[in-house]
Amino acid sequence: VSVTPGYTPYHPRWLRPRVSTYWWLSSGSYLAFILREISSVFVAWFVVYLLMLVSAVSDGPAAYQDFLRWSGRPLVLLLNAVTLVFVVFHAITWFNLAPQAMVIKMGKTRVPGILIAGSNYAGWFVVSAVLAWLLLGRG
Amino acid sequence: MRKIKPSLEPILWLHFSGGGALAAMAMPVLIVLFGLAFPLGWIETPTHERLLSLLRNPIARVTGFVLCSLSLIHAAHRLRYTLYDGLQIKHLNEMVNTLGYGGAVVGSLWAAYVFFLKV
Repeated sequence: VSVTPGYTPYHPRWLRPRVSTYWWLSSGSYLAFILREISSVFVAWFVVYLLMLVSAVSDGPAAYQDFLRWSGRPLVLLLNAVTLVFVVFHAITWFNLAPQAMVIKMGKTRVPGILIAGSNYAGWFVVSAVLAWLLLGRG
Repeated sequence: MRKIKPSLEPILWLHFSGGGALAAMAMPVLIVLFGLAFPLGWIETPTHERLLSLLRNPIARVTGFVLCSLSLIHAAHRLRYTLYDGLQIKHLNEMVNTLGYGGAVVGSLWAAYVFFLKV
């Protein structure tokens, strides 16, 4: 179906009420949906930030110190605080959706959704703990 | 028999979910540490030596690259549909796709260079 079919006697124009560009402001769940999707921008930003960090580390101790100083600037801190909120929102919505996306069967019964979501949350915890341990552990 | 047109879509969706899962699992802790806790002095920053030796581990190289690359593809794919549904800019589809996936490819090349050659 083309977007704007011209009028002909045989094929009248479709009845298509125009939807406002701001349709997602009309309800809380639409807004949550758009905010969840917007989290992608912050995921992309953090990849860039991570690559800048790794780049600085490979350039030597001085470049690493420069990066650390830059990362303490108020604007960068603010951006990363907002990034954290959006990425955690992404994580929670992602894990809560997992049971809908993954249907796992044990024999003939379907594994209940709460187990699938639960194992995702457990995985999140383990990955976070391992990364923190690698970065903060002594030695 | 109806001929099925080969499509890139399933591959994109596969990367979308892989990247989404990786970003969800690994990114929050990294943002807390490198984005807030270290710069604000809540926790002592790891030494340069320590980070360098961690990053030179082959597993860390591969994991870092995969995390960056898949997360970028995830983001490009998601943003494409957000712009499509949210702003209804169907006429800009081609530009959005080129910029989004193009950016993800460029970012992946950058990540490959940083993790496999530079560090």
